[in-house]
Amino acid sequence: MSMSETQSVAEIKERNKELIAEVLQVYPEKTAKRRAKHLNVHEAGKSDCGVKSNLKSIPGVMTIRGCAYAGSKGVVWGPIKDMIHISHGPVGCGQYSWAARRNYYIGTTGIDTFVTMQFTSDFQEKDIVFGGDKKLAKIIDEIQELFPLNNGISIQSECPIGLIGDDIEAVSKAKSKEYEGKTIVPVRCEGFRGVSQSLGHHVANDAIRDWVFDKSAAKPAAFEASPYDVAIIGDYNIGGDAWSSRILLEEMGLRVIAQWSGDGTLAELENTPKAKLNVLHCYRSMNYISRHMEEKYGIPWCEYNFFGPSKIAESLRKIASYFDDKIKEGAERVIAKYQALTDAVIAKYRPRLEGKTVMLFVGGLRPRHVIGAYEDLGMEVVGTGYEFGHNDDYQRTAQHYVKDGTLIYDDVTGYEFEKFVERIQPDLVGSGIKEKYVFQKMGVPFRQMHSWDYSGPYHGYDGFAIFARDMDMAINAPVWKMAKAPWKGAAQPRLLAAE
Amino acid sequence: MTQSAENVLDHFELFRGPEYQEMLVNKRQQFENRRDPAEVERVREWAKTPEYQEKNFAREALTINPAKACQPLGAVFAAVGFESTLPFVHGSQGCVAYYRSHFSRHFKEPSSCVSSSMTEDAAVFGGLNNMIDGLANAYAMYKPKMIAVSTTCMAEVIGDDLNAFIKTAKEKGSVPAEYDVPFAHTPAFVGSHVTGYDNVMKGILDHFWDGKAGTAPKLERVPNGKINFIGGFDGYTVGNLREIKRIFGLMGIDYTILGDTSDVWDTPTDGEFRMYDGGTTLEEAADAIHAKATVSMQEYCTEKTLPFIAAHGQEVAAFNHPVGVAGTDRFLMALARLTGTEIPVELERERGRLVDAIADSSAHIHGKKFAIYGDPDLCLGLAGFLLELGAEPTHVLATNGSKAWAAKVQELFDSSPFGKNCHVHPGRDLWHLRSLLFTEPVDFLIGNTYGKYLERDTGTPLIRIGFPIFDRHHHHRFPLWGYQGGLNVLVTILDKIFDTIDLNTNVPSKTDYSFDIIR
Repeated sequence: MSMSETQSVAEIKERNKELIAEVLQVYPEKTAKRRAKHLNVHEAGKSDCGVKSNLKSIPGVMTIRGCAYAGSKGVVWGPIKDMIHISHGPVGCGQYSWAARRNYYIGTTGIDTFVTMQFTSDFQEKDIVFGGDKKLAKIIDEIQELFPLNNGISIQSECPIGLIGDDIEAVSKAKSKEYEGKTIVPVRCEGFRGVSQSLGHHVANDAIRDWVFDKSAAKPAAFEASPYDVAIIGDYNIGGDAWSSRILLEEMGLRVIAQWSGDGTLAELENTPKAKLNVLHCYRSMNYISRHMEEKYGIPWCEYNFFGPSKIAESLRKIASYFDDKIKEGAERVIAKYQALTDAVIAKYRPRLEGKTVMLFVGGLRPRHVIGAYEDLGMEVVGTGYEFGHNDDYQRTAQHYVKDGTLIYDDVTGYEFEKFVERIQPDLVGSGIKEKYVFQKMGVPFRQMHSWDYSGPYHGYDGFAIFARDMDMAINAPVWKMAKAPWKGAAQPRLLAAE
Repeated sequence: MTQSAENVLDHFELFRGPEYQEMLVNKRQQFENRRDPAEVERVREWAKTPEYQEKNFAREALTINPAKACQPLGAVFAAVGFESTLPFVHGSQGCVAYYRSHFSRHFKEPSSCVSSSMTEDAAVFGGLNNMIDGLANAYAMYKPKMIAVSTTCMAEVIGDDLNAFIKTAKEKGSVPAEYDVPFAHTPAFVGSHVTGYDNVMKGILDHFWDGKAGTAPKLERVPNGKINFIGGFDGYTVGNLREIKRIFGLMGIDYTILGDTSDVWDTPTDGEFRMYDGGTTLEEAADAIHAKATVSMQEYCTEKTLPFIAAHGQEVAAFNHPVGVAGTDRFLMALARLTGTEIPVELERERGRLVDAIADSSAHIHGKKFAIYGDPDLCLGLAGFLLELGAEPTHVLATNGSKAWAAKVQELFDSSPFGKNCHVHPGRDLWHLRSLLFTEPVDFLIGNTYGKYLERDTGTPLIRIGFPIFDRHHHHRFPLWGYQGGLNVLVTILDKIFDTIDLNTNVPSKTDYSFDIIR
């Protein structure tokens, strides 16, 4: 299926440029002008991908993006397992995001752990008219009564909260005082704020800074510090990702004192300013708090990538470089330990995947971070884009990940993505649930790269085996040969509606 | 190391390995600051008590694990039932991402819908420009035959006026003046997803019948012999509507399905992505005014739509998601009466087969206690079926059920000796139900995917019937309606009963004397 085997880079660039010009033709003039800035063909050596990002989505185009609430409740806060997160406003937001993100955890749900529950103030018309602060206060009382082992509460604002002028900060302060200094965190992540999930991450990070760190600064550490204490930042433990990462850090001799935020607890958040190093996986969603800890507590932070053996080894060495020889030796020991597994995985799957092409469109770190894992399997990423990336994401992508001629699409619209895939015909598309069935109908193999398609973990060496198996399973499934009835001529994937 | 290339371990096996178990214990002991396990155990037991239930039921402000969604979800459901129609939701964009994900997770299908992507500036100045640009873009890109506009709570709180906005957008040339843009205000803080369905269905009919928001003459009703059918918000819409069409075909009834979602949520994998497929044509939607009567399969999904239709001179009939023999009998007899047709012998034979199946199996269901939760109409349909199977629908709960609904459920209980000790719970959520399952336990639970948490915590086996079903595949392709549908529901219930008996009798030399080969 891949075209790249027969085409030169110059030809690919030419094709991709034509493709961009072609998709822009569907738009009204004003929209075409705006969208043109988000689409580009990557030129090797450039410091970024040449696209604008983190700008408002255009009305009516079918953006794939979500909202600030999704970024705060759905990503950053939701996984903190011993706190109760109130979806404050109407019932829907909490309902649609209820247990949908596969943030694995261990605990007694409903008693001391609350991740896969949906707590909502279920706003009614009277709450909009008269305000919801009294209701919120009562909700906190009812939580205290029914869930006495909760370790904290966060208030995740939905759209109406900011529009009707509720003072959730005042309620939080008053209730915190009433409950002997209990951690109660108001979060201003109303869905209309910002342009995507991204602002929600930032707001959620700031809320931890202002309502957790400042409050817990006086508390003594709950453990005895060691020179090898690190915190995992920006791993949401999707399908257990943080666990298959943590095990490697511990095996190299480090001590992981906190996970942000998959399978995390309030105590772990509070512990983190005592870390010697913050290791940051999802830069996009948690760079803010990492920078804050660097400035305020002098904790350095280090980005890493645990997808695929090449990047894992590189990252283990990079993390070890912050420590003494014991840890550096530990990193080499870990790399050596897993060499046999890595070799076996590559020996088994690379022959089945060699030369296959991939197009990605995901959020957070994945539009770049997974590229190395595909390359370890002999695959090539020919198009990628960020749902809610900023320019610093595109810089990292350009400088460390993508090849010359890669098609880049920021905040891609449904129409663009379908057209691009239809024309480029990659062997695999990696994106989200909203895109999955579109491409499968077209006969293109697909993996969800937010939820790992209910598989995972994909992080770490253990995760790489699953990743390789899953990509093989998607691409080489017999079903794709059956999409066309044998009495019909071979057809290319195409779209009906948008033609 | 437990992972291997030869036998790749998935998450459910990998983390049970000794390295991970040790790691997780250390994490907990050193860093998590968890509560004392004895204390956790004490509270876990306390949460099963009548004392806890009393506090739980005294809740006035907090909702926990509700079994309902918001209006705009139902709005999108209703809109995609019309031919080549693009739902356009005016307000924040994240909502649309949620509706699309929610439907795709249930139907395993694409779900197309656009947003006007309102942000802070729109919150201050209103979303008119978003409407103008949004309609223009959606029209140019996705070439729908109709754009159905609804709202998120953001647009409702700031008071955007859809009628005025759409008029202005047309004046500005976003879409042609005569282009169909029906609309409905669907505030998320009123009612639930079934309300949103109702509002959009009414909005679309209002558009076609009553002068397209003042831009066309109102239609004059010229009665014909056709029957309109409205399915309502229904997770089984694919199987159900196809079964309804088959039944209408067998009865020789000339019909229009208003909001036919059976194709758009069941498109083939054949190399083509169909953004739109099937659906009620716009001509049929307009012509539906002339029908003799309109039948709604779900009363609580059409509380505004049916009176609107009745006001245009049609006879209307509402059912409560009939499941089983008596419910289907009433439905078919109503159709026969409305159309002056006979119920054909084929359907009579199907009825006989369902009765036959019930006779074969009822000994396994008779006297069993069930808890049911879901949308108001589905609850009524299932409770009615259980009663005719000799089972007891001990708890019937709808988070979006009203007092009038509760009275109707009580009436149903009162109509059968098996309803004697049954209780209806309007406006309650699944945390209330959790208490009930401890204090007044039942044998089986019927509900959506989220019921699995109740199954885990209370040990009540879950029979998955409802919306959404995320963790089992393809059941939406099979009907619950008609005698054929009743058979599907019967088999679904029986399978769980037999599986449960087997699971409880499979310990060698302990319980296996009941591990029967013939049941």
